[in-house]
Amino acid sequence: MKSVIAEHLIKTYRNGEVKALDDLSLDVEEGTVLSVLGPNGAGKTTTVRILATLLAPDSGRASVGGIDVIKSPEKVREIIGLSGQYAAVDETLTGWDNLVMFGRLYHLGKQASINRANELLERFSLTESARRPIKTYSGGMRRRLDLAASLIVRPKVLFLDEPTTGLDPRGRQEMWGVIEELVKDGVTLLLTTQYLEEADQLADEIAVIDHGKVIARGTSDVLKKQVGGERLEVVVESAHIKTTMDIVAKVSGDKVSLDEALRQISAPVSTGATALIEVLRALDVAGIHPLDVGLKRPSLDDVFMSLTGHVAEEIVAVPETGKKKGRK
Amino acid sequence: MKNAISDALVITKRQLLQLARVPEVLIFSTIQPVMFVLLFRYVFGGSISTGQPGGYVQLLMPGIFVQTVAFTLAATASGLAEDMGKGLIDRFRSLPISRSALVVGRTLGDSLLNIVVLAVMGIAGYVVGWRPTSGLPKVLLAFLFLLLFGYALSWTGIFAGLSARDARVVQNMSFMITFPLTFLSNAFAPTTGMPRALQYFAEWNPVSTMVAACRELFGVENQFGATAGSFPSENPLAMSLIYMVLIMAIFVPLSVRKYKNSSK
Repeated sequence: MKSVIAEHLIKTYRNGEVKALDDLSLDVEEGTVLSVLGPNGAGKTTTVRILATLLAPDSGRASVGGIDVIKSPEKVREIIGLSGQYAAVDETLTGWDNLVMFGRLYHLGKQASINRANELLERFSLTESARRPIKTYSGGMRRRLDLAASLIVRPKVLFLDEPTTGLDPRGRQEMWGVIEELVKDGVTLLLTTQYLEEADQLADEIAVIDHGKVIARGTSDVLKKQVGGERLEVVVESAHIKTTMDIVAKVSGDKVSLDEALRQISAPVSTGATALIEVLRALDVAGIHPLDVGLKRPSLDDVFMSLTGHVAEEIVAVPETGKKKGRK
Repeated sequence: MKNAISDALVITKRQLLQLARVPEVLIFSTIQPVMFVLLFRYVFGGSISTGQPGGYVQLLMPGIFVQTVAFTLAATASGLAEDMGKGLIDRFRSLPISRSALVVGRTLGDSLLNIVVLAVMGIAGYVVGWRPTSGLPKVLLAFLFLLLFGYALSWTGIFAGLSARDARVVQNMSFMITFPLTFLSNAFAPTTGMPRALQYFAEWNPVSTMVAACRELFGVENQFGATAGSFPSENPLAMSLIYMVLIMAIFVPLSVRKYKNSSK
């Protein structure tokens, strides 16, 4: 069964001047994780806001847990959890204050709200900082608390909008751990991200979006194959470029490209580290010492290059009255 | 309906908790009006002759009460704008709570804050010689009136906050409106010294009708009123009530609608 369905969503801003969503369709199978991957301005946040009942599309249909988000938004709100790109908790209050308040707003009753708050604080390793204002939290702690706030009533469907944007590597790792645990518990998750690595780590399926459309969909392996896998890159002195290109061509068996300004030679390889060793041996035999050498895994930019033929450009966020810079 | 009320009260409690966590806010929002009481009482009080038994302070206090209540809308507006900017409004809107809960809860919290501030100011006024002569029931009625006025105004703050781009901008804008409004009135000085057009404005200014109504309820003759004969100066209580109803009739639906569509 599909827990989330979006069909032909269209959303424009500024009287149609800016098209945030351009006939976007996607769905998420119950109990699985879909990652919506795309650059800033691709329409990720707009999609989440529509599915979470915060925004009405110009046209199109969407349902969450079988409930129509446009016709019965109140019912949808009872079964979803939303955690945004910007930590949407009250920073003046303590972590405990926040969770108890949200519990009350979910109509849990006083004691139940307190119990649930304590439980979530414990689970997200925030018990020690429970009585401190959120203002004093690190970025990672803040995100974890925000996530906890979206889990108060054990939602059937969880929306996480760029849960790790702006976190340091350690905060990101911690967040990934927390999200993986949630997924084990069987929640249906739709998560947006700008990082292929994150989608790779967490998602069962990935939908790549650009300019408000889904341009590719599949498991991370399928997508990576589409991109062309790893590339080998070598930087050498100008005098050795010709010889090096020949060596790389032999190992790769594919088209070799040269960036003359950087003196960088690169080519797709399918054997990973083995190819790297082969190239290094051959260079050594030829008496060439590379200035830099390495394997490059496909990045989101490469996915974009290969899928759209253009670089993942940043679209300037639409400034609008009374709104934060939230439209990404 | 029961949920709508309890949801609103949770939001009110949030506002009180904020004050408890950052008590400086409450301290400064009471110190400021007390400072105004002292400044006006001792700086201008000496040079404005009133012939009023008990002196200038009897006329001043109702003026400062109204001014203080009007100033709190800046805090309402900037608080809401900040919640918007930080994405907190989005979180509230994703919860299964009544659409009016957030804004109603906020206006109730503002009223509670006004009670505290007015009480502190009343005491400060008493210390510097303010003595209402109308008896306790009328004095209490005057305070109730002030709270109602504050409640109505807080809806304009809600609307401004939800419409704003930035908390600091909307705070400054609120002051740019409330400051002249409170001074282009009978709150601190007679309006008869103003140019004719301003006199006319001051006469119909809701701040003036509120101040006149409070003076009446505190048992002071409204010596700073404009020329007698106009409806607002003859019926300040009724006119103030009309203004409050008008403000609410416009800004309650506007605010609730704005909140519902706040991310459109």
